[in-house]
Amino acid sequence: MSTSQTTLVIEAGRTERHYWRDLWRYRELFFFLAWRDILVRYKQTAIGIVWALGRPLLTMIVFTLVFSKLAKLPSGGVPYPILVFAALLPWQFFSSAFSGAGESLVSNAGMISKVYFPRLVIPASAVIVAFADFLISLIIMVGLMIWYGFEPNLRMLTLPLFIFVAFAAAMGTGLWFAALNVKYRDFRIIVPFVVQFGLYISPVGFSSSIVPEKWRLLYSMNPMVGVIDGFRWAILGGNTQLYWPGFLLSLALIFVILVTGILYFRKTEKTFADVI
Amino acid sequence: MSTVISVESLSKKYIIGHQKQERHDSLRDALADGAKRVAHKLAHPFAAPQNDPTHEEFWALKDVSFDIKQGDRVGIIGRNGAGKSTLLKVLSRITEPTSGKVSIKGRVASLLEVGTGFHPELSGRENIFLNGAILGMSKAEIKKKFDEIVAFAEVEKFLDTPVKRYSSGMYVRLAFAVAAHLEPEILIVDEVLAVGDAQFQKKCMGKMEEVGKEGRTVLFVSHQMAAIQNLCQKVIVLNKGCVNYVGTQLEAVSKYLSLDQVSTESLISRSDRRGTQGMRIVSITFVDHAGREIKSAVSGQELGIRLHFDRSSISNYPKIIASITVKTDLGVPVFLQHNRLGGYQFGPLPSQGFFEFRIPRLPLPPSGYRIAYSLINDGTYIDALSDAAELVVSEGDFFGTGEVPPISHGLSLVDGKWSVQSIQNSQNTWIV
Repeated sequence: MSTSQTTLVIEAGRTERHYWRDLWRYRELFFFLAWRDILVRYKQTAIGIVWALGRPLLTMIVFTLVFSKLAKLPSGGVPYPILVFAALLPWQFFSSAFSGAGESLVSNAGMISKVYFPRLVIPASAVIVAFADFLISLIIMVGLMIWYGFEPNLRMLTLPLFIFVAFAAAMGTGLWFAALNVKYRDFRIIVPFVVQFGLYISPVGFSSSIVPEKWRLLYSMNPMVGVIDGFRWAILGGNTQLYWPGFLLSLALIFVILVTGILYFRKTEKTFADVI
Repeated sequence: MSTVISVESLSKKYIIGHQKQERHDSLRDALADGAKRVAHKLAHPFAAPQNDPTHEEFWALKDVSFDIKQGDRVGIIGRNGAGKSTLLKVLSRITEPTSGKVSIKGRVASLLEVGTGFHPELSGRENIFLNGAILGMSKAEIKKKFDEIVAFAEVEKFLDTPVKRYSSGMYVRLAFAVAAHLEPEILIVDEVLAVGDAQFQKKCMGKMEEVGKEGRTVLFVSHQMAAIQNLCQKVIVLNKGCVNYVGTQLEAVSKYLSLDQVSTESLISRSDRRGTQGMRIVSITFVDHAGREIKSAVSGQELGIRLHFDRSSISNYPKIIASITVKTDLGVPVFLQHNRLGGYQFGPLPSQGFFEFRIPRLPLPPSGYRIAYSLINDGTYIDALSDAAELVVSEGDFFGTGEVPPISHGLSLVDGKWSVQSIQNSQNTWIV
């Protein structure tokens, strides 16, 4: 028997002092949950992992046809499929992480009402699941670049930074919606709507440079504009300019959403088992 | 021995909504309520905040205090709704108390459900790892115990089969096996042993005893008195959210039996009914051979049990099946009776009346009994309640000899004839 006699005190309204330490202790659970969802996702499917490749690829083809061939939008000297795919990467990551995290608490209600662990583990692992798909999509990106003989420059090295920003955006919004969804199931309906709507108001199928200069700051109120522009800036190299005021605005918004999301989640977390 | 769990005036309050049917407040309600409150505040800035009549406070736990020493095996008993599960949930940090304080020394593992987080699509092997992680085991720990777990669950052959293809017995065995191999200093277990076949239950009890003998502390909630008596040295009796008694199991069990058997609220206001409620049982009465109402019965007497009903549905339920189950104080069923067993159909029912079940000679030994009823029409429940009424049976002359065996010797009194026969001599000697 171990002699680790740490005393745990349970009291009303006591903010868990060991919360972050507990979160670390439960890191394995976090990976197990992500691993479970990845494993389960393609069980009993005929072509399995091909779905993870096919979906973004088909979306890219359709977007290229519609925005480049039909609408004749400019690409700034970059092959249009690459322009689209550089934006699809963060967008698909964000949308699946956001909707996964938003649903995560409710779909794991059984666990929440029967076992203790830092609840943050659940939405966080949902984001990781989306990240696995993101990594698979990166393979397509590399394939596309080779196909079009597109050479990235050194900016490519900054990509992890923007991936981190995308993470923060997905996590922040995901936490908000996950916590709200526990109490108000309305958010179950809002989530798919936000995802669908977001695709139109984010520069996925087109470059944000076609937005008139005077509207760009306003346009950057959509945090995903900053993330997508960042991805394009890093991947497409010298052909793109980053609109800094807009990017910083998006960044600031993401930061605010993430911090308030964590705070709100922590505040409501204690009542999850009672209301879920 | 040092105190490992110390609970000081612990309380937990729930707010129960009355009118609203759905469990989750909708966003619209929240917004509308918020707006109303603001409007009210603006109109009457100095008025006291309004009390919402649709919400009522319910204290699941009230001022609960006790201490548990290291190595104690403690049973928690109480009727449904006594606060047992809430207490375990607070102790295992699933829900926060409203007031009070709990201090726990050592690593806690709680097992409120068998197989939490099991995923039907994953194989047995994968679920062992997943469930272990959910219960707080590290990957290394699970790996170390893996073979032991598999052997305990007896599922070697099906390790790589998705658990959705498991029989329910295998599923439960696997789930319990994972939990049984946790090595916490304090183990909290909710009625999980009520699953699986008898042999496996025995195995589980053995495992739990072992855990206790290793000097670990066990908290165990159960309805099964036998399990509590087997496993626990100390028992806490909860009643309506309060601690009724803490002490040795022998006294606790008798304390438990002396609690109000049937909830004191009148039958008509019970809200835990099942069924469509097209018709309700509003009271249950007992009558003697002449139809006079009696409060308690004696063994061997003629007894009528009346279920008084009030029908609100237009349908007059001509094919209704009215059934009663009589259980002992400890919840062991003694018998079930319904009109179909005797091939009897009531035909169209009046809007008010009573069903009567008549027992010519009551075959129950002296004790307290609880009665559950159900009304079923065409396979759907109309109304059903357990613990709907209490029947006290005192000693009576069932056999006509003045002697009645106590309930500890058997749940029912059976009339019959004894004889002795000699093999050489075929002549019968009857002793009546």
